[in-house]
Amino acid sequence: MDLKTLTYIVVGATFALYLGIAFWARAGSTGEFYVAGGGIHPIANGMATGADWMSAASFISMAGLIAYNGYGASLFLMGWTGGYVLLAMLLAPYLRKFGKFTVPEFIGDRFYSNGARIVAVVCLILASITYVIGQMKGVGVAFSRFLEVDYDTGLYIGMALVFFYATLGGMKGITYTQIAQYVVLIFAYTIPAMFISMNLTGNPLPQLGLGSTMADGSGMTLLAKLNLVVTELGFKEYTTQTIAGRLDMFVYTLSLMIGTAGLPHVIVRFFTVPKVSDARSSAGWALVFIAILYTTAPAVGAMARLNLHATIQTGEIGSPEGNLSYEARPQWFKNWEKTGLLKFEDKNGDGRIQYYNDKNPEMAKKAEAFGWKGNEMVKVDRDIIVLANPEIAKLPNWVIALVAAGGLAAALSTAAGLLLAISSAISHDLLKGVFMKGISEKAELRAGRIAMAGAIMVAGYLGLHPPGFAAGTVAIAFGLAGASIFPALMMGIFYKRMNKEGAIAGMVAGISVTMLYVFQHKGILFIQGTEFLGDLGPNWFLGIQPNAFGAIGAVVNFAVAIMVSKMTAETPQHIQDLVESIRTPRGAGAATH
Amino acid sequence: MEKPQGSGDAYWRATLGLLTTVLIIWFVVSFGFGIILQPMLDSIMLGGYPLGFWFAQQGSIYIFVALIFYYAHRMGQIDREHDVHED
Repeated sequence: MDLKTLTYIVVGATFALYLGIAFWARAGSTGEFYVAGGGIHPIANGMATGADWMSAASFISMAGLIAYNGYGASLFLMGWTGGYVLLAMLLAPYLRKFGKFTVPEFIGDRFYSNGARIVAVVCLILASITYVIGQMKGVGVAFSRFLEVDYDTGLYIGMALVFFYATLGGMKGITYTQIAQYVVLIFAYTIPAMFISMNLTGNPLPQLGLGSTMADGSGMTLLAKLNLVVTELGFKEYTTQTIAGRLDMFVYTLSLMIGTAGLPHVIVRFFTVPKVSDARSSAGWALVFIAILYTTAPAVGAMARLNLHATIQTGEIGSPEGNLSYEARPQWFKNWEKTGLLKFEDKNGDGRIQYYNDKNPEMAKKAEAFGWKGNEMVKVDRDIIVLANPEIAKLPNWVIALVAAGGLAAALSTAAGLLLAISSAISHDLLKGVFMKGISEKAELRAGRIAMAGAIMVAGYLGLHPPGFAAGTVAIAFGLAGASIFPALMMGIFYKRMNKEGAIAGMVAGISVTMLYVFQHKGILFIQGTEFLGDLGPNWFLGIQPNAFGAIGAVVNFAVAIMVSKMTAETPQHIQDLVESIRTPRGAGAATH
Repeated sequence: MEKPQGSGDAYWRATLGLLTTVLIIWFVVSFGFGIILQPMLDSIMLGGYPLGFWFAQQGSIYIFVALIFYYAHRMGQIDREHDVHED
């Protein structure tokens, strides 16, 4: 059977499964719609959280980032897992004890102010929309390749599907569907990785394969071999390269960690378990399921990089026969050229492909002597690495089809979770909580669906003009959440003295500083051409890239909040009692509104 | 009268003590071994992995998982010791 038919069958079958589950578990009440009625087992909840969490960025982009940034990409691995430690200890059990539907609801009650609630809604929407853009890009890339359409069309198909999918089931439907999506995506990710690891090192476990000796008889370890291959072509040494230095890496990792703990669509997952103690262990289970993919990703990235160079640089560097002839390029190369995400330009007219780092002056000089006229792989979009990986490694077609289904599962499950967080913030927090207190349950659900449609439009538009590759966009969302929501929640629980003035001022200051920094380098609202400082190293504050700035924003948030709270009235007694009560587990009921 | 007066403070102190321990380990394995000390640790090999690189891309993640389960387990004990556990 040819690849296209097989892909349609596998992707179609998984979609039918998700829709079936969503229909079977559709929400009957607002309680089921927002928090699945609060009755999900912690292990099941952990698995659903894993799927919710592991987005197109994790599935599609991360291994590509690792392949090209080597050690430097560790910040994504540590950042996107270390946040769960914070979440499990600092937020999840206490918010579960508080027992409401949404994150802004906690902030509104704890800081006894509708103003704080509205500020939290605005922060939540900014972070979530930015995050959804990343998912849309991932969906567009996956559809464009596997349905063989251009990126824009792929994106439109994705928008329609996400809309249909996310409005159907609410949290209850989403949770059960996400369990199925987790299973699909984890098989899709680990099976090709095991094949490839087996081929290269003889060890089928990618976590061990990455630290093993090559099976090609050279006696070198895989990482040493990779270091050799990339440095010979003028690229940086794989196991030591960083993205923008060690300080940036430190701050970036911290931003991703606190962003993880502050992203509302993740926090709200811990409202769905029955008990406070379940909220603690559920975070652990979530991280187990996430770690299976995250410890595999470094092997996927490194091995893909090795295979890619081995495909193109078939012989000795500099020998006339050493490079792959363009005519003899494999089928996957042709397929990805069609999407425009892979581009070759025969600069020296020899009909062969030279792929090397022409920005490295030493390498450029050597290359000139070989008769090379510059790097001819003018575009290798990093987002294609995972999707192209099984083809590069010449794996059977059913594995390739499975990867397509896995990528879509990852993007769709996260988009659904985010859209639910956005729509519940609008329908539950803004409409029911503040502006239209008498709204009926039915009208509340309808408002939520309209809000979802609006959010998809905005995300789709920005997906057509993306500010960077998927993981970069996502990283900004983490910065925004980490700079606004995480500090407010943490101080709400751990610092009784924090009052509404402090919390509001802190959130506004934190998110403003972060957004200003991002916009000045990436364009206002990410629209290209409106940036007033170029997105270049020398313009960055202490060399910290815009994606990494959330941690700085969080520090500003904490500082401003504490200063303002010291100068204003003390927290009222009933709020101090509320804080006391959320600190002890006994007496947690089901989530209510 | 499920919660005797004064036990709240002791409970909260125990909670914060556990928190501090876990956060120190959390910081040391990721920011410490994985980032700040990575150049130094890389001279030690763990199989085919340079050690600092291993902490950054594998080890810290395993330790994070263990930390959360340890925390959940210890918190369960602390809850019972101070009689604030759920049924």
